[in-house]
Amino acid sequence: MNQFLKGLAFAAGTFAMAGAAQAQVKPAIVYDLGGKFDKSFNEAAYAGAEKFAKESGVAYRDFEIQNDAQREQGLRRFARDGFSPIVAVGFSQASAVEKVAAEFPNTQFTIIDMVVEKPNVQSIVFREHEGSFIVGLMAAKASKTGKVGFVGGMDIPLIRRFACGYVQGVKFANKGADVFQNMTGTTGAAWNDPVKGGELARSQIERGADVVYHAAGGTGLGVLRAAADAGKLGIGVDSNQNGLFPGKVLTSMLKRVDVATYKSFADAKANSWKGGVQVLGLKEEGVGYALDDNNKALVSADMKAAADQAAADIIAGKISVHDYMSDSKCPM
Amino acid sequence: MSGRRLPAWADLTLVPLANVAAAFFVSGLVVLAIGENPFTAMRLLVAGSLGTLEGLSFTLYYATNFIFTGLSVALAYRAGLFNIGAEGQAYLAGLGAALVCLSWPGLPAVVMLPLAVIAAGVFGALWAMAPGWLQARRGSHIVITTIMFNWIATSLMAWLLVNVMRAPTSMQPETPSFAAAAQMPKFDALARSFGFTVPSSPLNISFLLALIAAAFVWLLIWRTRLGYEIRTLGANASAAEYAGINTTRVIVITMGLSGMLAGGLAVNEVLGVQNRLLLEFTAGYGFVGIAVALMGRAHPLGVVLASLLFGMLYQGGAELAFDQPRITRDMIVVIQGLVVLFAGALEGMFRTPIAGAINLFRRPAENPKA
Repeated sequence: MNQFLKGLAFAAGTFAMAGAAQAQVKPAIVYDLGGKFDKSFNEAAYAGAEKFAKESGVAYRDFEIQNDAQREQGLRRFARDGFSPIVAVGFSQASAVEKVAAEFPNTQFTIIDMVVEKPNVQSIVFREHEGSFIVGLMAAKASKTGKVGFVGGMDIPLIRRFACGYVQGVKFANKGADVFQNMTGTTGAAWNDPVKGGELARSQIERGADVVYHAAGGTGLGVLRAAADAGKLGIGVDSNQNGLFPGKVLTSMLKRVDVATYKSFADAKANSWKGGVQVLGLKEEGVGYALDDNNKALVSADMKAAADQAAADIIAGKISVHDYMSDSKCPM
Repeated sequence: MSGRRLPAWADLTLVPLANVAAAFFVSGLVVLAIGENPFTAMRLLVAGSLGTLEGLSFTLYYATNFIFTGLSVALAYRAGLFNIGAEGQAYLAGLGAALVCLSWPGLPAVVMLPLAVIAAGVFGALWAMAPGWLQARRGSHIVITTIMFNWIATSLMAWLLVNVMRAPTSMQPETPSFAAAAQMPKFDALARSFGFTVPSSPLNISFLLALIAAAFVWLLIWRTRLGYEIRTLGANASAAEYAGINTTRVIVITMGLSGMLAGGLAVNEVLGVQNRLLLEFTAGYGFVGIAVALMGRAHPLGVVLASLLFGMLYQGGAELAFDQPRITRDMIVVIQGLVVLFAGALEGMFRTPIAGAINLFRRPAENPKA
């Protein structure tokens, strides 16, 4: 037994040494104020980092900020300690990344959801309107009343982009459909108010909506619960939320923050990390819809075929989904 | 009980030290319970906040916020007014500073900065004088009204930043950045202009303003007629009235000064660090100011010392969370909460034993005279 343990320790030691010799990558993450375990956006980045750590055996470090001054402090601290790449999660980190990236030109930074123009910064933004278009189409097909709902978190252009893509998808499948839209609030608190999210969803359901899509972070849990309690369908966002209320969540609009984080780490390890802007849409599999055991009974073959066809058409350029953020307008 | 009285120096130093020691002891047990070494944690916390120039700068930067809000609460406390509204007053003060910076972007720094600081003070003062007036004339309790004014400030600022002042292209509810002239001189930039290489930090000359404010508050309370009236009012409102003090005037002025001091938080954050007005920049510093004032026994020197301690906790806590991944930011809040608990709620716990101990040593020396 003892020998066995020794052998194991030896093996582990050589393995670690081999890993260290192979790659000098020291990745790190700075989360946004929502925190690592927000069940949504930040947690997706965490999931991607964990996946990388498990597969490659390379440890990573992370930091949850407590106030705005700590964004810069956290990034600078990691950069000075030789960490690279450093993933900054969320658009609020932009000014901090811009500053610190200029101070550490040899460190690789990745910012998610925002563009920072620096040679050593990789900006990853998503075409959320494309993914939202697909789930909007599915919502319209699943709806029996011809009325569907949308609950956003904080009223910012990014969330209006989700809403606008969704409306376009709904109308694409059913021109006469009604879409009820609500935003939870105008401040950061709107990301974490499941009670209000539930109330908004209930009011939409009372007006006849039978599918409700949310893009509201923690607030969305209230939306999905309200839909499930009323016997209607919810649509999740960012992560795969189908399993939260199995059979009551039609699908989830996936925004692969986890893939982006994983890829930034993995590219750095493989020495193929590049700065610049990456726009991840349907084509790059940066957005999509979730299909698993929890919702396969809800998604009919016809619905799936229509969704996949629309996705193919968007990728081929046959359908163009309007991006709200390009002109701050929604044509619908 | 006169033998149980504490000399002022012991009240200002020994009692808080005992409270902090107790808080750290319990925090150590918590750290132990999650499987980390409390001594390592303690070392990281102290080294991270005082051991490097960068750490020290951040500690002083946080302390600046706490000195302003702590003084704000302490001054009102001297008049028997429990001002819970430093958070909202500082928030509005930020609006005052931002209005100056955004309205006249072309001003040179020597004009812009004093104007912005004055505007911050005036806005903070006005936001505090309203509850003060309500207390003095209508009898509406200051605790209730200042809390309510915090909410009004939050809603008002959210509306302004989302609908009126937001930069058109910004995802964040925040104003565009101010002109460079509106930046409070920062110590790192100053040191660099003299050829030193120093780490970047948010520390700026607001820190000196905070120390000046502390000296001013001391002078005001103990060396002026208004200060005498404030203390009399705080000791016994009916007696103050009977002695011919215009209590309405004293309450409104005290609250105004209190709000003005809270405005210093906006000077440090908005003019010194962020250089723009953003949502919830006050980040709870106004509420921590209550703990700082209680811990500092509502004395300016005590407030400065307590602010340094809280600055250490904020900065050292961040370093701790950095270096020991198992100690999350929530753990840091627990440790800070324990300090507040022991320094605020249980601050009387060690007073009697300390008074007894001091008197034990004192008696032989005093006896010959007696």
